[in-house]
Amino acid sequence: MSTPFEELQSRANKRWNELAAGESAWIRVGGGTSGQAAGADAVFDAFKSTVGATGVNANLSKVSARGLMYLEPLVDILLPNGARVYYGNVKPEEAQAIVEQHVTNGKPLIDRAFAYSGGDGSSTGNLPLLESMPMVALQQRIATRNFGDTDPHDLLQYVANGGYTALNRAITEMTPEQIVDEVKAAGLRGRGGAAFPAGLKWSFLAPSTAPVKYVLCNCEEGDPGAFNDKGIIENDPHTLVEGLIINGYATRSTHGYIFIRTGHELPIESARKAIVAAYEAGLLGKNILGTDFSFDMEVSLTGDSYVAGEETALMEAIEGKRSTPRFKPPFPAAAGLWQKPTNINNVKTLSYVPEIVRNGSAWFKSIGTETTSGTAIVCLSGHITYPGMYEIPMGMTIREVLEKIGGGVSEGERIKVLQAGGPLNGLLGEEAFDTMIDFDAMSAAGASIGSGGIIVGNETTNVVDLLRSLIAFNQFESCGKCFPCRLGNTHMLEILDRMCQNKAKSVDLILLERVGTSMKAGSLCGHGQLGFNPIASALKYFKDEINSCLAGEIAPGGVFGDGTMILPTRTRP
Amino acid sequence: MTTAETTQSSNLREQIRKVLNAQAQPTVTVLSSLIAVQDAIHYLPDEAIKETATFCGSTINEVWSVASFYTNFRFTPPGEKTLDICWGPSCHIVGAQKILESVHTALEIKEEGESPDGKVTLKYNTCLGACAQGPVIAVNHHLIGKQTPESAAKIARELRGMSK
Repeated sequence: MSTPFEELQSRANKRWNELAAGESAWIRVGGGTSGQAAGADAVFDAFKSTVGATGVNANLSKVSARGLMYLEPLVDILLPNGARVYYGNVKPEEAQAIVEQHVTNGKPLIDRAFAYSGGDGSSTGNLPLLESMPMVALQQRIATRNFGDTDPHDLLQYVANGGYTALNRAITEMTPEQIVDEVKAAGLRGRGGAAFPAGLKWSFLAPSTAPVKYVLCNCEEGDPGAFNDKGIIENDPHTLVEGLIINGYATRSTHGYIFIRTGHELPIESARKAIVAAYEAGLLGKNILGTDFSFDMEVSLTGDSYVAGEETALMEAIEGKRSTPRFKPPFPAAAGLWQKPTNINNVKTLSYVPEIVRNGSAWFKSIGTETTSGTAIVCLSGHITYPGMYEIPMGMTIREVLEKIGGGVSEGERIKVLQAGGPLNGLLGEEAFDTMIDFDAMSAAGASIGSGGIIVGNETTNVVDLLRSLIAFNQFESCGKCFPCRLGNTHMLEILDRMCQNKAKSVDLILLERVGTSMKAGSLCGHGQLGFNPIASALKYFKDEINSCLAGEIAPGGVFGDGTMILPTRTRP
Repeated sequence: MTTAETTQSSNLREQIRKVLNAQAQPTVTVLSSLIAVQDAIHYLPDEAIKETATFCGSTINEVWSVASFYTNFRFTPPGEKTLDICWGPSCHIVGAQKILESVHTALEIKEEGESPDGKVTLKYNTCLGACAQGPVIAVNHHLIGKQTPESAAKIARELRGMSK
């Protein structure tokens, strides 16, 4: 007799074979938040009505975003002959020609496509192989392995591609202690920014025999320039749900929460649907897959508050209060959500877990660097030729990512500055571009992988103006609990504001440094403690530019209008 | 208070109570309740604060402390349409300030808020989550990327019902 999981797998394989190896073509339109912003909804609608009107023999799905965001809206078509052809920057009005020629006549529009994969090459002309494009070839996709291929709302497509195998193995063959040991041996470090060893964190929670224990997944992700947490949830929610269930089993917890900011509609919808589907398939709830392990999960929404991403503030928000940080100790593993033992992990951290359990810790440990195993999910935005989301092995240099994957900046221009790891982390200048991407090397360079966001600035970028924008963000988002953070950010913003308006005073640099010192000493959480980081790193890499600004000689490029910045007027009472 | 106002207020309270009771997720809190009400009626009137306090067994003071903290909550009805513009560092570096300025002109306002005809509410957003498509705006929560000052101003004018 087959097990509940084998039954699920057989349904999943049947479904996948119908789509990917059947008699019909399969048209896949990439979705996601970025796809939506590029116009993917209208493209999908155009394909839907064309397929409907022509009655062509094709399945049509809105699938996850591939991460190649510069090519969005991205559409690909798989024909029954096994050849798959990819079209980038598709417009709704192109749907009819693509469907008629490619699907009906079996002749891909080679001039309009950018790559192919699969098939015998007879119908794909001189198109490059997708896997040979540098921004694809240099990736090693673990957490993002299904991106671009599966419908995030279809659990069966996830299962057909190996999904929930790890959960099944974990709860039927492994003890919780074995899983914690496996995560420890993999060298998995937290991807939320602090880089704390995940297995060690789990081991703090596991021994407690309290009847109710929580595991929380942090998808607050307020960092401008970072979209990989929301990206995973909207593009492959089951990899996170599976990771969180395994986290729950390994720590003998009873409830899981996925914590997302309200307003981010696609990730919220995706997480909610995935949880419902997992309950229906017997992967959540009582006696999961027929074992005696039971675990519940729900989505918890927060209002707009950047500090809600801090782990103790996050718990306050789930409890429905103002998201301000708590004093530590007690630490969450002792007294967390509703004073119960709690673990908090970032989306990316948990999304590696299924593959670690499935392939073993040695496999994961072999990827990346000595001190940081695995991959980094890098989000490129700003002045970069190929913005997108790319999962690369740790240890690649920043320059390789910018040039080989990101395509550099436009010809004749030069990358001047990077903002890496979110607004509480540093700016980097060109002499840091050969830094290896791993937690320790980045931190030594004065920045952080943090959230994985890299905002690129070309030579038109004014560093003081960029600093002001970061401090303005931090000032707006200070929760206000600790006055050194609340007032310090306001004071720093005032100083940077007058610097941008050529009204700097000679003492301003000393003032900035004093304020930064007070914030570091007198704030409860990273928001205040790290608030001076952008300025400290700018002083390291752009000292001349800051000094000439202090001397009243600001470089005019990059500062808009008369140097004033349009900012929200609202503050937290 | 006139009779008409009282009736309106009591209808609103009834509507809010329905929303509060219809929350589907197992964990219901002051914050989840406020989010549910704003999702349904797009702002938090006084009635929402009072009903949430009753519903959650909390005090008006406690509910206000939560409502005033999170910057997504608003306390007056918004315009018919909403326009969010990202001002975070990622969009800033590719020109968000110029977009804010051109949209101000198109909406005839100088900061966040409603256009004088009440048709459009402008909100600055710290990050809409589509940084690779920056500068990003959102019309009624639908994201549109790669904006220029001209394209965003055109959208703003169209939202007001102006021809271009």
